[in-house]
Amino acid sequence: MRKKVYADAASALDGVLADGMTIMAGGFGLCGIPENLIAGIRDAGVKNLTVVSNNCGVDDFGLGILLANGQIRKMISSYVGENKLFEKLYLGGELELEFNPQGTLAERIRAGGAGIAGFYTKTGYGTVIAEGKPTREFNGHHYVMETGLTADLSIIKAWKADKEGNLIYRKTARNFNPMMATAGKITIVEVEELVEIGELDPENIHTPGIYIDRIIVEQGAEKRIEKVTTRKREEVK
Amino acid sequence: MAWTREQMAARAAQQIRDGFYVNLGIGIPTLVANALPPGMTVSFQSENGMLGIGPFPYEGEEDPDLINAGKQTVTEVPDTSYFSSSDSFAMIRGGHMDLSILGSMQVSEQGDIANWMVPGKMVKGMGGAMDLVAGAKEVIVLMEHVEKSGAPKLVTRCTLPLTGTHVTDFVITDLAVFEFTKRGGTLVLKELAPGVSLDEVRAKTEAKFDVGLAN
Repeated sequence: MRKKVYADAASALDGVLADGMTIMAGGFGLCGIPENLIAGIRDAGVKNLTVVSNNCGVDDFGLGILLANGQIRKMISSYVGENKLFEKLYLGGELELEFNPQGTLAERIRAGGAGIAGFYTKTGYGTVIAEGKPTREFNGHHYVMETGLTADLSIIKAWKADKEGNLIYRKTARNFNPMMATAGKITIVEVEELVEIGELDPENIHTPGIYIDRIIVEQGAEKRIEKVTTRKREEVK
Repeated sequence: MAWTREQMAARAAQQIRDGFYVNLGIGIPTLVANALPPGMTVSFQSENGMLGIGPFPYEGEEDPDLINAGKQTVTEVPDTSYFSSSDSFAMIRGGHMDLSILGSMQVSEQGDIANWMVPGKMVKGMGGAMDLVAGAKEVIVLMEHVEKSGAPKLVTRCTLPLTGTHVTDFVITDLAVFEFTKRGGTLVLKELAPGVSLDEVRAKTEAKFDVGLAN
């Protein structure tokens, strides 16, 4: 029998963390991030991490707390503009940074998880992103070769899981989580709701349980909104 | 009188056809959604994994799981779909998006775009911009005609790191509308904002352009 469910972040992370490892972390901005697992990595104190994530949180939340704690050596991201500390550390030479176009990052992770070593894309041709990479012409168009990306550990966030690790994401909190689930040697998911096997509709599973090694139920998540934007309610006449 | 940001957005909205799937960048392009002529079916895509974006939510109804690519809270529309980032960029890179409207710091006379980095100054990243300019069927740049310093943004060659080469179809500024004859083709001035003279546009534009103004 498979035992995938763990009590909390600390027990799920036990035995899988090491200095210098590569960790993929799901989320777009602060949306769909595994809050408990990030806090668990902070508490474990592992250092020299390479973190693959679209963004790096904000100064005091999300992956920003690992940055503030000096645990990240290198980030592979597409956009880090919401994090002042990031800019300071990077410009001061204390942090390595590899920018990937967002679609290239997503596809590199998808490819990595699918056993595809590399692929050609038009994205970034003629820019600094293509420097040092093979390029090739197909049907008169120029393409850049990009490589698949994998990680020692993926930490992801889903809405619901069954005890087998079949996952359903909610709205735009899906983002990078499904690809990262496939690209980690070990993948740990943090979910809002855990149900018994058989309770999820097999037709509507977003990530099959084969990709998931460990499951925790999220506790006390803040689910912070980065930019609250609203409209006025029209007066009822 | 130069166009306001809202007027620039309204001019860009005129390029949108009924049935289009459109991705709007951050800044002035965001305003295009409010400037659509009524009666048109247009779907807006957000590269974080959503097609069919509704207006901002009412106060108290914000959902942390429902944001756009600018990380702002948004709402669904009846035909909304959600998908992963790789599906989202398959949509963009596979040539399925009809139109991408985005801001830029510089556009060259060959249609090169530089909009993601000022070396040594700003560390933000390109996000999805390189994918959008490489993959969308049509690319419109919506930007102020000159920098705050007065330096031209339509330039001979971009001096800032590039986002894409030969990727621009239209440039709409506060002063004028330009069209490229084809990708990597010649830049042509098509329209002046009311009260803006050809001489003013010439003085504020470094890029070479032909004049093809309608009467």
